[in-house]
Order: sequence, then structure tokens, then C-alpha cells
Amino acid sequence: MKKTFLSLLALAAMSTTALAADIKPALVYGTGGKFDKSFNEAAYAGAEAFKKESGTEYRDFEPTSDTQGEQAIRNFASRGFNPVVAVSFAWTSAMEKVAAEYPDTKFVIVDSVVDLKNVRSVVYKEEEGSYLVGLLAGMASKTGKVGFIGGMDIPLIRKFGCGYVQGAKAAKADAQVFQNMVGTTGAAWNDPVRGGELAKNQMDQGADVIYAAAGASGLGVLQTAADNKKMSIGVDSNQNYVHPGSVLTSMVKRVDLAVYNAFKDTKDDKFTAGITALGVKEDGVAYAIDDNNKSLITEDMKKAVEKAKADIIAGTVKVHDYMSDNSCPK
Amino acid sequence: MTTASVSLPGWISYGVIPLLNLLLALFFSGLVVWWIGEDPFEALKFLVQGALGRGDAIGFTLFYATSFIFTGLSVAVAFHAGLFNIGSEGQAYVGGLGAALVALALDRYVPWYVTMPFAILGAAAFGAAWAFIPAWLQAKRGSHIVITTIMFNFIGAALMVYLLVHVLIVPGKMAPETRTFLPGGQLPKLDWLMALFGLKLGPAPFNVSFLIALVMCFLVWLLIWRTKLGYEMRTLGISPSAAVYAGIPYVRTVIIAMLISGGLAGMMSLNAVMGASARLQVEFVAGAGFVGIAVSLMGRSHPVGIVLAAILFGVLYQGGADLSFEMPNITRDMIVVIQGLVILFAGALEYMLRPALVRLYQPFGRT
Repeated sequence: MKKTFLSLLALAAMSTTALAADIKPALVYGTGGKFDKSFNEAAYAGAEAFKKESGTEYRDFEPTSDTQGEQAIRNFASRGFNPVVAVSFAWTSAMEKVAAEYPDTKFVIVDSVVDLKNVRSVVYKEEEGSYLVGLLAGMASKTGKVGFIGGMDIPLIRKFGCGYVQGAKAAKADAQVFQNMVGTTGAAWNDPVRGGELAKNQMDQGADVIYAAAGASGLGVLQTAADNKKMSIGVDSNQNYVHPGSVLTSMVKRVDLAVYNAFKDTKDDKFTAGITALGVKEDGVAYAIDDNNKSLITEDMKKAVEKAKADIIAGTVKVHDYMSDNSCPK
Repeated sequence: MTTASVSLPGWISYGVIPLLNLLLALFFSGLVVWWIGEDPFEALKFLVQGALGRGDAIGFTLFYATSFIFTGLSVAVAFHAGLFNIGSEGQAYVGGLGAALVALALDRYVPWYVTMPFAILGAAAFGAAWAFIPAWLQAKRGSHIVITTIMFNFIGAALMVYLLVHVLIVPGKMAPETRTFLPGGQLPKLDWLMALFGLKLGPAPFNVSFLIALVMCFLVWLLIWRTKLGYEMRTLGISPSAAVYAGIPYVRTVIIAMLISGGLAGMMSLNAVMGASARLQVEFVAGAGFVGIAVSLMGRSHPVGIVLAAILFGVLYQGGADLSFEMPNITRDMIVVIQGLVILFAGALEYMLRPALVRLYQPFGRT
């Protein structure tokens, strides 16, 4: 009896939300998993924000392999979920196939481009955000040596590194940048111990600010920097709070906005397909300042980084994109 | 009296015992599911339906099973020679390079059935080459094969990422992968085979490499139990000193066994690279090499057992994905727990029930 009552209640609750908004959004994460404190978690945060605001439930799925990712996207589409958002470039080919099979469903892919009429492709200008934090790193460094630790050695991560180097050199022309990657397999996103070891190694060479673009491995970098009274820079989500006073800033990539906007635009019937490239100008990438790192950023640094930001928006400073020619200017 | 020496008829050792082990595993998995607040019977229904309920579900199950058959055979062949090859993962990864190079070179000029034999050779040759150095180190230097093959998995991953990021990548593309093969470099799907049973394959990537896997099962059976080389490998596996005393060349047998093992692992890439995604991707192996170890253990290193175990793991992979899709409470980590329980009961604890069954059976068996 109690159970029937409960299910009736649940049914009532569901039907009211169905009335409030007639969409069934779905979200497919990258293989890194939902709670990586970084990229995927930002997507999750965007979906949660939408749920909180609109009361609309969403479904999500964490694939463990490329085959499963395609299956998940297709499963959502075939069950009438709309829009279907997939974060990570790994789903590019899966989305090409599935989006063509379901032309009436709206799809969004983050970090890659799929050229179809019902797909919105959201890409970020990570090099611009990395340039800004690189500038801050160059100014904050006392030794003139800064470090970069990437996750898996793929073009996307080199794009982060390349922007960072340009920023650091803009601050100090003779700045030295050490670059290391955690690894070559997917495990590289989730190896904080190795991240910490690499950070230690760079510190031994004299680096005193280290930028980690390495998913959960980056947490090891942040930890090691805090333990050794050096500074670090977080990535994707705002990670300033992880070690207040040691994390100089974070290169925030607003994956949450991409997910949130996808859900909201579909709800408001304002969905548009095509490529959206989010840079500094669109607030798609940014450096983070909050109470946790206020004391680390001096007035001069703030002025310089705001000027750089304005210059990028105005187009007077052009940050080279590694992906455009698979190389980085020396 | 010990029960270990009592022999049981085949239908008990190969039929009843694995079935009971599987039921035990399912029982404990059910407990776990119940404990996190979901209905275990409902979960089982989703798992079985998700893996076997529809044509495309069966297609996905068999697609996964195909990869596991190759890697399972790879582990089994080495195991018969007393070598524990943990490197199937890396050998399959590098094997993919062989298959992809053949496909990239030929797909513009010839149809798939011309490409296929070269791709098989390419995949096997690259996989075997990757097994050669650990094999040589084991045979000549006594470096333990478990350690060296594990290390070669990482070296293989580094090599492949380097090649995909620097050499084989399509310029300007985000994902580190080769271009998509034309139909001449793809293995066709087996929709006609499914149609024979009145099933629709749909989008499942079940392809010709399944048939190649079955042929390899037969060839492995032939090799191990019907050839001189197989006999030498088995002797070496049971007792290396006796084998050497009997005049079986240790170095040669170890190296050949590992080359065959690596070649079989390399052929796994036919399924994933040429059958499913039609291009070489980073990390396409996705753990199939390690699953091969479990498959080989469960299948008692016999091709028939390997096929059955591979299908079981295919069911767990495909059904598990469907289960976590239908029941969001059951996360992907829960699926790994369930797979682990199956390996524990059906693989590691395989003899747990044997003494009890022997006691039960003895009164009838003595007549």
C-alpha cells in the first residue's frame, strides 16, 4: 500500500516536471569518468545547474570504451532523449554516425567538430586561457623558470602547453618552461602520484610555478607544489580552493556552460547547430580569481593579465594554436 | 582420503561445475545489487536482455567475444608452454599498427577480401614482433616473462601514441587517429549470418573477424594437441627440466610459443581496427588483452572453453553496459565488481565445489 502511494507520488512528480519542460536531456561523459574534479565534473556541474534551475531531470552515462560511447549516444537518441550532449573528442566519429541516423534529435559535442545540420560543436580556445595563466606564472615566478605538466600526450594537451609557453615568454622573454606529460595511456589522467613526481622533478630544476593540465593527475601536482611551498595552476574547473595560498590561479574551461546552454537552448527552443568556438572573449576560457588566491595576484599582475585579455579580445595579441599546424613557435 | 585424485565424468567437470560456479557468482552479484537498493532479478533481466535480447545486442556481445577469443587464445598458447604472457594487451595494440598500415596502403586499390589476408599477416607479424624481445630475454637471459611483457605493454603504448600523434594523425584533427579506411580496408559485417537466425544486426560491429577467430581456435587446437611442436610446448609447460632432458630445445620452443602468442594477440586488432572503427585509434584495445587472461583461465586453455568463456565475458561487457544504462544506480564500477565476482568464482575458486560433488557422485559412480 505504502509502495503504491509512493509510486503514485513519484508519478505525480514526474508528470509535473514533464509539464514544466517537455525535454529529456541526456549527457555522455568522456571515459575519464564523472567525478574527475576537472573536465567531466564540469560537464556534470552544468547539467546539475540546469536541473536545479528548471527542475528537469536528465540522464547521464559513463562509458568505459569507445564502443560503449557510441552505443550510449545511440541508446539515448533511440529512446527519444533530446538533446544528447557528448563531452570529449573521443565521441567524434560516434556522433557523426548516430547524428546522421537521428536527424530530428539535437546533438552537442564538446571539444570536437561534427559537421551536420543537427549537431552543435563546442570547441574552446584553450591556448588563450593558457596564455593568460602562463603570463601570470611568468610574473609570479622568482626563478624565471616555470613548469607545465600535461596528462596524456595528445594534441589537445599540447595546445594547453603551447599557449602557456607563449604567455610565460610574454611575461619574461627569457623565461624557461619545463614540459612533461604524465603518460601515454588513458591512465595518465588518473595518476596523481606520477603527477607529483614530475612536479618534484621540475622543482628540483628550479621551477616555482607549475601548471597542471592532467585531469585527476593534476591533483598530485597541486599537492606537491603546496607541500614544497611552491605555486601551481589548476585546470578546467576552478581548483583554487584545493590548496588556498598555493594554487596561483586556475585555467577555467567552461564545459559546464556548454552543457547548460545545450539543455537550456533546447528547452527554450533556441537550439542552433554549427561550430561555437569559445575563447577569452566569450568567457569560454578564463583565469580564476577568488578569495583563495587573492593574496597571490599582485596589482601589477592583475593589470598585465587584464591588458593581455583585452589585447586578445581586440585581436592585437594573437596566441598561436598548436592544432593549426601541429607545432609550437619556439 | 583426498578427493582431488578422484576423476569425475566430463559432463560434471566441464558442465555441472562451471554452471554451479556461475550460479554462485550470480547469487553474490545479486546480493551486491540488492544491497545498493536495486532489484536483483530486474537487474539480471536487464543484463541478459541487454546482451542477448535483440539482434544488435547479440551482435555487440559477439563483437566483444571476438576480441576476447583472440586474446584468450594468445594467453592459452603461451600458457601451454609454461609462459605467462601478460603482454597480450601491448601485442594487440602494436598488432593494430600492422593491420592499419596494410589497410591504409591497400584500401584504395583492392576490395576487402584481398586486403584481409595481408592484414591478418600484418597484424600477426607486428604482434609477434612485439612478443619477440620479451621471449628472447626469457629464453636467453632468464628475465622473467611476466615482468618483461608488462613493461612492453607500456613501451607499446608510448610507441603507438607517438606514432598516432606525430606520424599517422590527420593534420588539423583533434583526435589522434588515422584517416578512416575506405571499404577496401574494412572487414564487412556479418549481417547475413544474423539474418540466417532471423535477427537484425543493426548498428552492432559484429564482423568477419569472428570467423577468423573460429578458424584460429581450430588451428590452435591442431597445434597444441596434434603436432610435434605442440607436444614439445606442453612438455615444456609441465616440466622444463624434463623437456630439456628429453632433447626439446628450450630457447627455440619458448621463442616460437611467444611468437605465436603475440601473433594471435595482434590479430585481435582486426576486429577492433578493421571491423569496428575502420581506423587506428589510441587505446583501441581497451583492456581486451587483460580480459584474455581471465578468459584463458576460465576456458582451461582449451579453444572450446575459450570460446564459451569469451562469449560469457561478451555478455558481461555488453549486458553490463546496458544494465548500467537502464539502472543509473548501478555505476560502471559496479559492473566491474560483478565481472570480478564471476572471475573469482568461475576462475579462481573453480575447485571449491569439487570435493562436495565428488562425495555426492561417488555412491553412484562405483557400480
